Amino acid sequence: MEIVLSAAIGILAASGIWLLLRPRTFQVIVGLCLLSYAVNLFIFSMGRLTVGVPPIMPQGGFVNPTLYADPLPQALVLTAIVISFATTALFLVVIIASRGLTGTDHVDGKEREG
Amino acid sequence: MTGDWIIAPVVLPAALAGLALLFARRNLGLARGISLAGTGALLALAIWAVATTGDPQVYRLGNWPAPFGIVLVLDGLSALMLLLTAGLALTVLVQAVTTGRDRKGPHFHALWLFQVMGLNGAFLTGDAFNLFVFFEVLLIASYGLMVHGGGAGRYRAGIAYIAVNLVGSTLFLFALATVYAVMGTLNMADLAVKLAELPPGDQALMRLAAVLLLMVFAVKGALVPLQVWLPGTYANAPGVVAALFAVMTKVGAYAAIRFGTLVFPPGNAATGNILSDLILPAAVLTMAVGGLGVLASRGVARVAGYAAIASMGTAFVAIAGFTAPGLGAALYYIAHSTFAGALLFLVSDLVTARKRGARLPGGLAALFLVAAVAVAGLPPLSGFVGKLFVMQATADHAALIWSAVLGTSFLLVLGLSRCGSRLFWKADDAPAPRLSAGELVGPLWLTATLVGMTVWAAPIRAHLDGIVAGLLNPAAIIAANTLGAVP
Repeated sequence: MEIVLSAAIGILAASGIWLLLRPRTFQVIVGLCLLSYAVNLFIFSMGRLTVGVPPIMPQGGFVNPTLYADPLPQALVLTAIVISFATTALFLVVIIASRGLTGTDHVDGKEREG
Repeated sequence: MTGDWIIAPVVLPAALAGLALLFARRNLGLARGISLAGTGALLALAIWAVATTGDPQVYRLGNWPAPFGIVLVLDGLSALMLLLTAGLALTVLVQAVTTGRDRKGPHFHALWLFQVMGLNGAFLTGDAFNLFVFFEVLLIASYGLMVHGGGAGRYRAGIAYIAVNLVGSTLFLFALATVYAVMGTLNMADLAVKLAELPPGDQALMRLAAVLLLMVFAVKGALVPLQVWLPGTYANAPGVVAALFAVMTKVGAYAAIRFGTLVFPPGNAATGNILSDLILPAAVLTMAVGGLGVLASRGVARVAGYAAIASMGTAFVAIAGFTAPGLGAALYYIAHSTFAGALLFLVSDLVTARKRGARLPGGLAALFLVAAVAVAGLPPLSGFVGKLFVMQATADHAALIWSAVLGTSFLLVLGLSRCGSRLFWKADDAPAPRLSAGELVGPLWLTATLVGMTVWAAPIRAHLDGIVAGLLNPAAIIAANTLGAVP
């Protein structure tokens, strides 16, 4: 599972960075989305990978930590998802406004000459 | 400032911004009243905080004990940064109102208050993840302010600015997740305690996290090679907004000082001197890039942007050693360069508001001269005193740093005098226009601040040295957090 997850994070981040460096605003925003997916998975996996165990302690206090998922990265990733969603939406608004003002979806606001 | 008041600099602008959004959408007078009263109250709070600076104070959000809950920490450095933010914000806000720049688009005052809330929160928080959240708050507000007034050029620059900062936020998250994976905590004081006990096998990961964090702060603080976003953003943002942004680069410097003294103190077992070793060459390069940029730019707004980069280089050179004299000099220079940079941006705003090539008022030329003298670090203004402090503190590496500081000052003098003569020297018999009183408020206020910083340089420096002594004694902040204790 570790290899699959780290490969997924790596591929998402690499694709995101490649798209970020492309000249169209649509590619940039998809690249930023992929990059934020990568970082969300990364934060999530930082609480160690566990399957089928609850992030809540059962009644009666401490339990075997191998039967317990760390709840903090889950809370952190929730915050990160909300923030990246909001900033992406705001970026989209700016991009649409720029598209309307310049008439092109090139990040420089004009097509390359020649 | 004690007890529940510590959270007031965050809650007050947040509540007022909500009010401005709800009730003052069509009523500019009410919106102005709300934001002026709010920023004025923040200045009063900040003065109170600085006046009563003593041992670090902690406010527990939701009364959860650290490190399980999030804490706000008010110490000398936080109080100083609150004062800097509120002082600058009020001055520039008055200028925005008297010149009517806030009419150019909707929601200027709500965005302004959210921006100040994010800045205050970033300066107060004692939790690394909460720092990320406040970075986002101030960034989201700054995205709105950056494109205030609209226009194709502004939106084009806005796209680059937002994209760079979104990548910066992603880096910040990668860094924080790595920190949490290794340390199991994100409270800064708890990190400081646990870092000392880190097993050698995990130290490499923490070094990685420290460098990632430094990269994030370098994006904010415009440290070479991550300064590329700044000139375009500042040149295209509305002048009053660029003047407020003068304090935004200082968030990067603040965060570097905070992490470099509390979490990763120099010479600790895990990260050693890695922060100093990376900051020093980057800062010297930043000064060079800033100076050359000033020389290469045409418009006054771009000149001001590159001058801001050069000033961040000077501040980071003083920060790099994390020594008492260096940090004292850095804090003085940070305060000076915030006001001097803002003054230059306000002047550039007044220049660009007039018709291109038209004869400019003589008063504006005088203001430009004051701003240029302050920014370049010539006597008699505080830039000279600040650079002197920086050079005193870096006498160990005099050959490299002094030549960089002095060479950059020379480039700034050249670039600014060329910019000024191109703007103001005209063989023209047209009647000389005058500046209106409303246009003079902000620049005169900032000039007075700079003069005050020069005249009272010694007492200010003594106060700053007291703050630095507190910073270099992280035990006090750690004790204030009362880690693990149930209240």
